[in-house]
Amino acid sequence: MTWVLNNLDQIRTLLAAHLLLCLPPIVVSLLAALPIGVLTARRPGIGRFVRTASSTLYAVPALPLLIAIPLLFGFPLRSTATVITALSIYGVALMVGSTADAFSSVDPMIRQAAVAVGYSRTALFWAVDLPLAGPVLLAGLRVVAVSTVSLVTIGALIGVSGLGTLLTDGFQRGILAEVLTGIAATVVVAVVIDGLLLAIGRLLMPWTLKDVAR
Amino acid sequence: MKILGQALQWLSDPQVWGGVEGLWARIGEHLGVSALTVLLAAVIAWPLGVWIGHTGRGAGIVGALTGAARALPTLGLLTLFGLLLGIGLGAPVVALVILAIPSLLAGAHAGVSAVDRTVIDAARSIGMSTHQLVWEVEIPLAAPVIVGGVRTAMLQVISTTTLAAYTADVGLGRYLFSGLKTKNYAMMMGASLVVVVLTILADLGFSVVQRWLTRRTHQLSRCPAGEY
Repeated sequence: MTWVLNNLDQIRTLLAAHLLLCLPPIVVSLLAALPIGVLTARRPGIGRFVRTASSTLYAVPALPLLIAIPLLFGFPLRSTATVITALSIYGVALMVGSTADAFSSVDPMIRQAAVAVGYSRTALFWAVDLPLAGPVLLAGLRVVAVSTVSLVTIGALIGVSGLGTLLTDGFQRGILAEVLTGIAATVVVAVVIDGLLLAIGRLLMPWTLKDVAR
Repeated sequence: MKILGQALQWLSDPQVWGGVEGLWARIGEHLGVSALTVLLAAVIAWPLGVWIGHTGRGAGIVGALTGAARALPTLGLLTLFGLLLGIGLGAPVVALVILAIPSLLAGAHAGVSAVDRTVIDAARSIGMSTHQLVWEVEIPLAAPVIVGGVRTAMLQVISTTTLAAYTADVGLGRYLFSGLKTKNYAMMMGASLVVVVLTILADLGFSVVQRWLTRRTHQLSRCPAGEY
């Protein structure tokens, strides 16, 4: 506890850096996975390929990916762009599957009914598909968010600061309190972001609340 | 893209592959440590998962554990145990076992709890004991899902063993960390390629086993209705 109090400033700086690294990939995952996921759900032929590709991509270990990305794309090795790109790739790979599941879970009868009462293609997507797919999308996004927050720590291994710096620095200097702080802070950030997403979900999809009450 | 050529050049050097600290030895070490940790984790997770699936008690724990494991930073566990247990093989093994448990537990639990209620009632009504029910009905029927859990855990552990080289002299991660220090990009890229190929091969291998088991259990469960 004394370690935490003595190093509050450093922790605050690293926390901010951590958030800057993990928020863009979470947003990118949602936005990029939406069109791919919809396509995957609607076209089974493309779908099978996309699902295999994304699960293979997700199987690529994080550290080699962090090293390969700058070398292949010509970023400097120790840059935030590397970490953000790597985590976006993971996030999209993970999110595509849940997005496809979300849109496949929409009852075709409901879609037909919507078409029958005259919904246009655009209206069908925004007013029928998206809201009905919402809860599954949210569940997927929460998984992406939590694992992104914890994966950002690995950036410290290639020298990109974040809460992971507390882990590597604590290990190298033999300060147990610093490592424990790093773990605890990462878990807290993950839990808070998860809670925020849940709250946003309840605001945007108030009907899911009623299900809980029942 | 020049780096890919350099990496392949590094990989084509026979000296890189041979020897006690060569690539083959490192690959063996990497897979050995991964298999050992998954085995240890299975010894803990499977009995618990089967019990929870069989009795239906404590199912909430499974969900909570898998969620918590996702939030827990891997590097944190590795450095924590590295400090507590020193820089031997012990620290990464303990950390990796902890990481592997949730997937194995979830697999065993999901598989057993998904066994059709009527199948269980049938097994009971022909006089099977609880022991027989678990070993001869529930576990065989759950096998594909249990192996699915092993697949997830194994992939996770093979990936994470790369990080284990940060605190112990083990596995393919060695090349990545020493490459980072000496700025040997060809070696880093080459070793990264090896790790990626290894995980993809492992994933493919498990998916084949899983598909084979699924077909087999489908035959098993269809058998009585077809023959009698």
